[in-house]
Amino acid sequence: MVAAVAETVGPARVARVRLQIGSLAGVVPDALRFCFDACSRGTPLDGATLEIEEIAARGRCRRCAAEISMTTFLDPCACGSTEVELVAGQELRIKDVEVEVH
Amino acid sequence: MCATCGCSGTESAEHEHEHEHEHVNEHEHAHAHPHAPHEHELEHGPGHGHAHDHDHVRRVSLEQDILAKNDRLAARNRALFLARNIAAFNFTSAPGSGKTSLLQALIKRVGGQFPLAVIEGDQETARDADRIRATGTPVVQINTQTGCHLDAQMVNAAVTALDPPRGALLLIENVGNLVCPAMFDLGERAKAVVLSITEGEDKPLKYPHMFRAAGIVVLTKIDLLPHLDFNLDECLANVRRINPEARIFQTSTKDGAGLPAFCDFMASQVAVTRA
Repeated sequence: MVAAVAETVGPARVARVRLQIGSLAGVVPDALRFCFDACSRGTPLDGATLEIEEIAARGRCRRCAAEISMTTFLDPCACGSTEVELVAGQELRIKDVEVEVH
Repeated sequence: MCATCGCSGTESAEHEHEHEHEHVNEHEHAHAHPHAPHEHELEHGPGHGHAHDHDHVRRVSLEQDILAKNDRLAARNRALFLARNIAAFNFTSAPGSGKTSLLQALIKRVGGQFPLAVIEGDQETARDADRIRATGTPVVQINTQTGCHLDAQMVNAAVTALDPPRGALLLIENVGNLVCPAMFDLGERAKAVVLSITEGEDKPLKYPHMFRAAGIVVLTKIDLLPHLDFNLDECLANVRRINPEARIFQTSTKDGAGLPAFCDFMASQVAVTRA
């Protein structure tokens, strides 16, 4: 992620990075924050603020088409069906960055 | 460095220096006004005190998946496999589930029917590659050192070195880890997750990302069933709860149980890819 941002913005110092992380994306935001400092050291992202927007997982029932909020992959629909297709919650995106311009 | 899962690895660090510039102008499309790329927003720079509190800050919209680069490289691998009719499979599991033994058994049964090639991923040593090499199959060992998974760039380099012939079955044995490899597409036709029954019937529930990502689930060491408190039906039900569409095989490389079905399926996948 640090490399992707550095490649895009070049040598300019990055002040802020905003990420969108789904609740079922398989990434722990706290762990990401923890390693961000270490990974960004010596790069244009050194010292940047990391903002993580967590996106709640939602699923659509394959049987009744209802949309439900989900906290695990196994949450059943209110109709009883366990065949729920995940429609949000697996995002792992860099939304934008703020670059200092002098 | 792997900011996705927090691990670090020399191998994965290397590819990050490759530059691609498709993204350079992406931010221009996100602005409401055509002149926006040169428009500066005035904001307070964080942590700079009074001296620099009029820093200009430009917001660059990326809207880019964190794994976009790996996904692009994986797509390139997939295109290469398609062009050469290569059936590639990414074998993942916890350490010690018997991935290498399963591959050895597969090679023994299908060897000679079509060309084979193997990529071995481990943190250290060439032990697995040595075992595969002993079967006479071309193999490349990748040592990820501190890294916890293979990525598409590593596989691309290994495929270049192996140069598998047209119509080959390419078996990629990932680093023993049920977490990060679930997120990294290597360009494979399918992921095959290997679960030895000594690991417990609840493993699919504990590592749902991997079991969801897999097209194939192979239970191994099934010969130990009489000696364990392992509930096979519950395990199968757990796999189906997480992934109703996965093909499930029950195997033992010790007594050969279930190997014909698994090997025939893999051969059928090669036939489909070659057609």
